[in-house]
Amino acid sequence: MSTRDEIQAGLAEILEEVAGVTPADATPEKSFTDDLDVDSLSMVEIATAVEDKFGVAIPDDELGGIKTVGDAISFIEKNQ
Amino acid sequence: MATVGSGILEGKKILVAGVLTEASIAFSAARIAQEQGATVVLSNFGRALSLCQRIAKRLPQEAAVVELDVTDAEHLSTLADRLREHVDGLDGVVHSIGFAPQEAMGDGFPEVAWEHAATAFQVSSWSLASLTHACRPLFGSSASVVGLTFDATVAWPVYGWMGAAKAALESTSRYLARELGPDGVRVNLVAAGPLRTMAMKSIPGSAQFEEAWESRAPLGWSVTDTEPSGRAIAALLSDWFPATTGEIVHVDGGFHAVGV
Repeated sequence: MSTRDEIQAGLAEILEEVAGVTPADATPEKSFTDDLDVDSLSMVEIATAVEDKFGVAIPDDELGGIKTVGDAISFIEKNQ
Repeated sequence: MATVGSGILEGKKILVAGVLTEASIAFSAARIAQEQGATVVLSNFGRALSLCQRIAKRLPQEAAVVELDVTDAEHLSTLADRLREHVDGLDGVVHSIGFAPQEAMGDGFPEVAWEHAATAFQVSSWSLASLTHACRPLFGSSASVVGLTFDATVAWPVYGWMGAAKAALESTSRYLARELGPDGVRVNLVAAGPLRTMAMKSIPGSAQFEEAWESRAPLGWSVTDTEPSGRAIAALLSDWFPATTGEIVHVDGGFHAVGV
């Protein structure tokens, strides 16, 4: 089980690798599309990388509801 | 998992072009091909390449991934050599490649600019010929090429120029079948019903297809089950359709065969 901070750090690594987001920018209030320029293709890759890293699958139906970094952290925390 | 020596694709080497996610029809085809004994190489390009590389690890056996942008002449001309790093020949190719800009889909079909329609034709139709041609140096005495269409005999809502490009793909498949038949190359298409892949989700208003299929397909239809399409592709890649080419196999629950 990862803590919320560990999840945020892991997610920041994924965001940097997949979408070139500076880790310091990957804060919970940030919107993937509006603030971080992450499009739907990158979101799918992020979801795949999250599953590889945390063992948490994000179903397609849920992915659309994840708007911010904080939403993603909460989803991973709840489902790990 | 098939036992050794029993699969319908035992020993065959197959390129599956266009795997994006686990929901891709191409992923299902690649998985089933491996289960049936094939060695599989995947391809994708650009930003989709890294996603494809992640997904390649989720197959029963991790597959090699080569970069292929079908609009890049150099990618095409070097493809055979780059594939040779992984396989010593090819027995089959799955073409799961299609793209139309958003401007070319939805309403307003008559107003779409040529550049947008041209992209749809180049990536979705012409590429069946160029990919097949690029792979020919690796073919032996027989090979099977399988592409994916969405029944292009009628006009659909919202599909726009992608639908016209699919009609061109269907014709391209017949011309390839005609010209390559004497060399033992079969070229066929699978016309799948709507499936919730990235390709379909990128079509605005595609939900209406799901409703139509669910109410009309005689066998019923699941928009999340790519297994039937994957199996059909594997069957067409195999030696079990030895005298079939230029054909379109509908994997659509029977939707195409009924009126209302």
